[in-house]
Amino acid sequence: MKQPSSRIKTLKIDGQDVGAHEDETVLEVARENGIFIPTLCELEGLSPHGGCRLCLVEVKGINKLLPACVTYVEEGMEVTTNSTRLQEYRRTILELIFSEGNHICSVCVANGHCDLQSLAQKLGMYHVSVPYRHPRRSVDASHERFALDRNRCILCTRCVRVCDEIEGAHTWDVSGRGIEAHIVTDLNQPWGESETCTSCGKCVNVCPTGALFEKGKAVAEMAKKRGFLPYLTLMREKRTR
Amino acid sequence: MSKVRLATVWLDGCSGCHMSFLDMDERLIELADQIELVYSPLVDPKEFPDSVDVTLVEGAVSSNEDLEKIRHIRKHTKILVSLGDCAVTANVPSMRNSFRVGEVLDRAYIENASVQQQIPNVSVPTLLRQVLPVHSVVPVDVFVPGCPPSADTIHYAITELLEGRTPDMSDRSRFGA
Repeated sequence: MKQPSSRIKTLKIDGQDVGAHEDETVLEVARENGIFIPTLCELEGLSPHGGCRLCLVEVKGINKLLPACVTYVEEGMEVTTNSTRLQEYRRTILELIFSEGNHICSVCVANGHCDLQSLAQKLGMYHVSVPYRHPRRSVDASHERFALDRNRCILCTRCVRVCDEIEGAHTWDVSGRGIEAHIVTDLNQPWGESETCTSCGKCVNVCPTGALFEKGKAVAEMAKKRGFLPYLTLMREKRTR
Repeated sequence: MSKVRLATVWLDGCSGCHMSFLDMDERLIELADQIELVYSPLVDPKEFPDSVDVTLVEGAVSSNEDLEKIRHIRKHTKILVSLGDCAVTANVPSMRNSFRVGEVLDRAYIENASVQQQIPNVSVPTLLRQVLPVHSVVPVDVFVPGCPPSADTIHYAITELLEGRTPDMSDRSRFGA
């Protein structure tokens, strides 16, 4: 929540002078000023995660690249959001994500409604130059209304965060490490047997890909409805004020 | 001006990209003034010619036959275009890659067959262990994603190439559509 009393910082993003509250991230300030920084795990209304690394930016005087979604503004900061190097890195990140799972858009419920797919187009990622892994991951269709295809999961943790932070159920979590990491419900029980799941469907709607979907949806039918998220967040902010 | 020598090939795909090519409709007649279709499932010649200016490849590389074909084609083509998701990503054919070839053949020809249960091994190409995108086997010059790319997209790509430019696919096509 933005406090009116917070101190103002001035900085440059892509050569443009911008002002920001000290508690704002580079990503938030860029958006306020109409500067596009690609994101994938980030979703307005959820806490930042910093996992997908697509929002990496260059900050003058700092050698490493910083994720804009979790980097707070500082006085005199000079940020570059779209250098050739960043464009290459972002395309490579997308290639790695595509190669890691089974992201075959043409037969996906989320075809045409997928953040990963549209980002590939937007950032000019037209082919994957690294070898595909073709993993054999499990599918959980035990829930009455929803299903999880882990083959399409990119581990953005949006489902984990929305379930914990907005619904307050904390049904979802990440299990395992590295390439073995995968999302689970409760204590790695089938989703349909989960005692905490309220069947609200928020996880399905924030999922950027076709990993979480409503049963009965065919190819390209799984449009995600996310209008509830900024609304709920706004109502809660008002209430705590 | 001599005509640009165009070829199209069909590897492991559903021929949807070729259908989309035909969907250019009357624009094919305009293109015919500038292009000679020297090899294609749509025309008669059976041998891939020695020198081709542009080859559009539909389909992934799935068998030893595909592999030999695409290597030969690359040698005799100036500009090689991966047309559609199967050529670009290996797409639906690659969904067998999560399984062993033996498992896939068993499933198709033994488990799901009610008569004559046998795995064909005479006069059919041997399947590769993995279905591969074209660029993982030979260098590719232009990528046109889409399943299939629309007739407009294909028309744009071809006319850009005819003008000597590299087609910019942003906003024109994406994986899956």
